[in-house]
Amino acid sequence: MIEESFTTAEGDLVINVGPQHPATHGVLHLVITLNGETIKKVEPHLGYIHRSIEKMSESLTYRQFIYVTSRMDYLSAHINNHACALCVEKGLQIEVPGRAQSIRIIMDELTRIASHELWWGAMSMDLGAFTPFFHAFREREVINEIMEETCGARLTMNYMVPGGVMADIHPNFQRRVKDFITLYKKKIHEYDELITGNIIFQNRMKNVGYLSSEDAIAYGVTGPAGRGSGVSCDVRKHSPYEIYDKLEFDEVLETAGDSFARYLVRIREMNQSVRIIEQLIDNIPDGDFQAKTKAVLKLPKGEFYQRVETARGELGVYIVSEGGTTPYRIKYRSPGFSNLSALDHMARGSKLGDLVAMMGTLDLVIPDIDR
Amino acid sequence: MSIGKYIKDVFSGLWSLVVGLKRTLYYFTHHKEIITEQYPETKPVLPERFKGEVVMPHDEKNEHRCTGCTACELACPNGTIKVITKFDITPEGKKKKAIDKLVYRLELCTMCNLCIEACPSDAIKMAQTFEHSVYDRSQLNKVLNNPGSKIMDGVE
Repeated sequence: MIEESFTTAEGDLVINVGPQHPATHGVLHLVITLNGETIKKVEPHLGYIHRSIEKMSESLTYRQFIYVTSRMDYLSAHINNHACALCVEKGLQIEVPGRAQSIRIIMDELTRIASHELWWGAMSMDLGAFTPFFHAFREREVINEIMEETCGARLTMNYMVPGGVMADIHPNFQRRVKDFITLYKKKIHEYDELITGNIIFQNRMKNVGYLSSEDAIAYGVTGPAGRGSGVSCDVRKHSPYEIYDKLEFDEVLETAGDSFARYLVRIREMNQSVRIIEQLIDNIPDGDFQAKTKAVLKLPKGEFYQRVETARGELGVYIVSEGGTTPYRIKYRSPGFSNLSALDHMARGSKLGDLVAMMGTLDLVIPDIDR
Repeated sequence: MSIGKYIKDVFSGLWSLVVGLKRTLYYFTHHKEIITEQYPETKPVLPERFKGEVVMPHDEKNEHRCTGCTACELACPNGTIKVITKFDITPEGKKKKAIDKLVYRLELCTMCNLCIEACPSDAIKMAQTFEHSVYDRSQLNKVLNNPGSKIMDGVE
């Protein structure tokens, strides 16, 4: 692969972006072949943050391995944990209490909003706007405080356990979530005023990084990046887990396929998440927050697969069990890896400066790509 | 592109910048909405569920609730906790298992709360400390039970 990139035409320039580069938000290494300022090829090189999470999970029990997945896509740690808990529950055929299901979905959607807010701030900073980062972190901090109060941690919560959630919600939880929704509705128009309507921003985003819906399907691009290309790929709609089928929300679709479309999808998805939380926050059913499970979990022999919609796309957890206390094999289908594979196709023929906009709107989280 | 549309684009573009700057100026003149915290001077009050580090509460008689069952050691995914047991001789002359040391290695801990969930006698809990930096990594190996402590009466 590396040799290939050097056998370029006369006058081509091969440059390295990363692994230590402020625009890649992590240790992503891109080898870019340039002709003048036009990109001829982008090769992502991975492996700088490989922690062999899949292999580690094979030596841990079904209760223990969930915490490791928080370290994959650390911005949607709750949703990763949720996928693993669901997969184990599918194998054990545990009925999760209604209260736990509602709490899980509220937590998932709060995580999604927090993740998109961080993306909005970080992407604006990539494109040269500095203050949006602080505006985004102001609202995200409120979510982090809610998480801290109920789950005990701000980022890697480990709150979902097989059978439900680890602890009941904090007495202040409902009040604080409602306060957050009021604050969010008061502040969300600032996002549009500062960035969405800005002419400089629009010119940098429109018709940049075009990805047709056929290519999005071919590369397996999911999540807001896929929906920006008009591919209906929301797992919450297509194979609903928990009680998503009883909730009212829209799958946000944009058909333009450029960076601005992917941007708009994420902004609108935050509003849909707020809509989901509003439906649930006053209707958390009474009952147990955790189903009764055995002290030692043993999955029956077989294969189990569960997919969920994280803030970046479709996360799949595939467990092969031999009947023991630890999984025989675990495979994670992470959204970031597939989304990154489309970067080369998007970037070919565009200018080097636009690469930052493309990477920004793909919302890459490197530990999720590398695991 | 017609000249009329061109001029319209220029003005709408300029107007979009004015809208953004209006928001910036609003915060420039509204100091009360500043949300930053002066960290080392004012320390945050963390909620009671915050997972800072594992501690073993002792009562005023220097007694803890740990029976040495090693449930926490088995539940830990990283090998953070090591329970070293010994045998006490009870007044009746019988041997009784008790903990000698409960070694806790903070450097390995990910604060996942699984040990506290696993403990059958509520002997350990999470503390709300967060400033863990020390000058030497050997200081991160902690013995959770106090020297000379023994198990509470009635905890089996």
